[in-house]
Amino acid sequence: MTVLTEQREPRTQPETRKIRGKVHLREHLMGWFFVGPFGIVFLAFLIAPLGYALYLSLFQKKLIGGTSFVLFDNYVKAFTDPSFLSGAWFVIRFSLVSIPVQIALALAMALILDAVTTLFARFSRLMIFLPYAIPTVIGAVMWGFLYSKGFGPLTDIFGLFGTTAPDFLGSNLIFYGLLNVVTWQWAGYYMIILYSALQGIDPTLYEAARMDGAGRWQIATRIKIPLIAPALILILVFSLIGTLQFFNEPQILRYLAAGTIGTDFTPNMYAYQQAFGLANFNYGSAISFALGGVVFICVYAFLFFTRKRRSFL
Amino acid sequence: MKRKQILATVAMLAAGAGLAACSDGGGGGGGSDASNCTNTITKKDLPAVTMWGWYPNMQLVVDNFNKLNDEVQVCWTNVGQGGDEYDKFQTAISAGTGAPDVIMIEADRIPTFQIQGALVDIKQYGFDAVKANYSEGAWKDVSVGDAVYGVPVDGGPMGMIYRKDIFDKYKITPPKTWAEYEQAAQKVKDAGGPLFGDLGANVPAVMMALQIQKGATPFAFDPAQPNSIGVKLNDQASKDVLDYWGGLVKKGLVGTQNQFTPEYISGVINGNYATYISAAWAPGYLTGAGVGKGQDTGKFAVAPLPQWDPANPVQVNWGGSAFSVTKQSKKPELAAKAAYGLYADKESLTDGWTNQIIFPLNLTALKDPAFIDLKVAFFDGQQANKEVYVPAADAYKGVQYAPFGQYYLDAMEKQVSEVIKGSITGSQAADRIQEDVAKYAKEQGFTVQ
Repeated sequence: MTVLTEQREPRTQPETRKIRGKVHLREHLMGWFFVGPFGIVFLAFLIAPLGYALYLSLFQKKLIGGTSFVLFDNYVKAFTDPSFLSGAWFVIRFSLVSIPVQIALALAMALILDAVTTLFARFSRLMIFLPYAIPTVIGAVMWGFLYSKGFGPLTDIFGLFGTTAPDFLGSNLIFYGLLNVVTWQWAGYYMIILYSALQGIDPTLYEAARMDGAGRWQIATRIKIPLIAPALILILVFSLIGTLQFFNEPQILRYLAAGTIGTDFTPNMYAYQQAFGLANFNYGSAISFALGGVVFICVYAFLFFTRKRRSFL
Repeated sequence: MKRKQILATVAMLAAGAGLAACSDGGGGGGGSDASNCTNTITKKDLPAVTMWGWYPNMQLVVDNFNKLNDEVQVCWTNVGQGGDEYDKFQTAISAGTGAPDVIMIEADRIPTFQIQGALVDIKQYGFDAVKANYSEGAWKDVSVGDAVYGVPVDGGPMGMIYRKDIFDKYKITPPKTWAEYEQAAQKVKDAGGPLFGDLGANVPAVMMALQIQKGATPFAFDPAQPNSIGVKLNDQASKDVLDYWGGLVKKGLVGTQNQFTPEYISGVINGNYATYISAAWAPGYLTGAGVGKGQDTGKFAVAPLPQWDPANPVQVNWGGSAFSVTKQSKKPELAAKAAYGLYADKESLTDGWTNQIIFPLNLTALKDPAFIDLKVAFFDGQQANKEVYVPAADAYKGVQYAPFGQYYLDAMEKQVSEVIKGSITGSQAADRIQEDVAKYAKEQGFTVQ
């Protein structure tokens, strides 16, 4: 806005201070008017709850002895709490595996769909995107039933070959069970983002590349991927934040695989259990902020290592 | 994962703010608002108290109460079953507002809310008039020390449900002791039969009951000294029972499926489990879940719970609820009247036990010959109440539950999962539970003995 104002005021044409002040004031008010609705919602529903949670996390409430101010004791406890640490370690491991898998799949699909322009490609695009339109809860329930040993199809399919089906809800394979659910749900969404980024590339670049003798593979790896790098980094950051806050899928599958998935399976589930199951809002808030810290560190580290290509932040 | 949820939460908060703004003019709010009931109150001039509960026949129970009562009317809402309701109640307690006047709570949760000062001792509001309607054990389960924090409604005396067809096929009779239970299980397994039972990690309350049966006293709590609590979760009895079940799992005699899941129910229907160690409300639950209706019609029967020492049998309990009055109630006396009267009239009780929704603790029903002699359809006409459940309920002595029951059960669930995986023995699990829960109790400001 300041840039615009300066441009509109040619220095050669003198104006009185009064008029300039009035224009400033009016523009100022207009600005606040436009920002206002967002500002109120932002303050009331993001900043205020965050502030309150931070405030809560500095106290400790005991069944005997009541509430007392403890400063950072809850955080010290969180970062030495095996439940929190194992949950955090799980989501970090899960991110390291699931994000590359999802992004690679999404990128491959986007590149194929970008290169093929048949009716079938449009149909496939819709189908690949479809899982994202299904609510995560429904998706998790559905996969839970598919994995089920009692009446899922896996038992029958593996039975045909005379072997027993793998138990994706068991403690050994739950990691891959969840990996599959998450990939199924999100790869299509990331594909759409990458696909629209690909659509935004100027086609004359391809022409030029072809003139220079580049094949399809070279166009994909040397032109398309570098040009959509900002979109790639964007979805990487999105998926990193989302995965570190893993909650819905394990929370739903818990009912089908309780015992495998405990209440402290991921940090978010642990925070939920502390706050609402055990009435410990203070420690729950502290875990949430501790998780926020972990997310911040991970995202910062990621952006630091990819800083050359960063253009959206 | 989280993004959609955040959006949904924001939308919900916005909608909530709108609703809150609307209801400001209406007076009251949350659980204490008597203008938004699921039931219809016909006697509109009488004062009303709000109530949360989830019995399947709650509508009928509330209507019966309102019809019979000329002092107070009940405004009922179902805010969810078990954990869902407790979470809401807990939030209301923390917020200091929003709780109903009367609330349905499982007996083992009463100390959890009592210690937070969320419940009212209803002894002062006409306790003597109804005292004789319930057994001593029933009152003990809803009391903390001498104070009474709930009116018992139903209980869960435990028994062993079994498949007659499987028992006949492998020529076994219902085991009377846990040693016989294991022998029978081995016999069925050796003959290539199905699993004999199930150890579900997600039903820690069963494990607790079975430990108590062998003589464990997990918690000792004297309300006169609220700062100190006895935590004894790794005594020999507790270890023995965990080791026993861990052993059954290791030998492949019982399954490790989580209960109350479609997976488990389909197994019960298919006859994958010869027995189901459960409570008196199980037939109602199983029927509702579709068991005993198809190929498995009339194949179930029930026998008394196996014992450790048949000379000194011990009966235990799983589940069962009560009505409590909350501290946030502005009309505790009227609320207590509702708590005493709800589900205590003959018509409601009869509806409850004929449909196997509850195993009543009210003695008018418990001593009713029609109830005792009932031929239970689920058990193919077996007089299950007379043979198993009523004697079990009569012999039940009551238990001192913990003021941090949720934490204890979570810890139990976690360690039983480890036993199922085979990574630790039952004794090690008991030690870990003890360490975990005692640490938590200390953190919460108790002196642990």
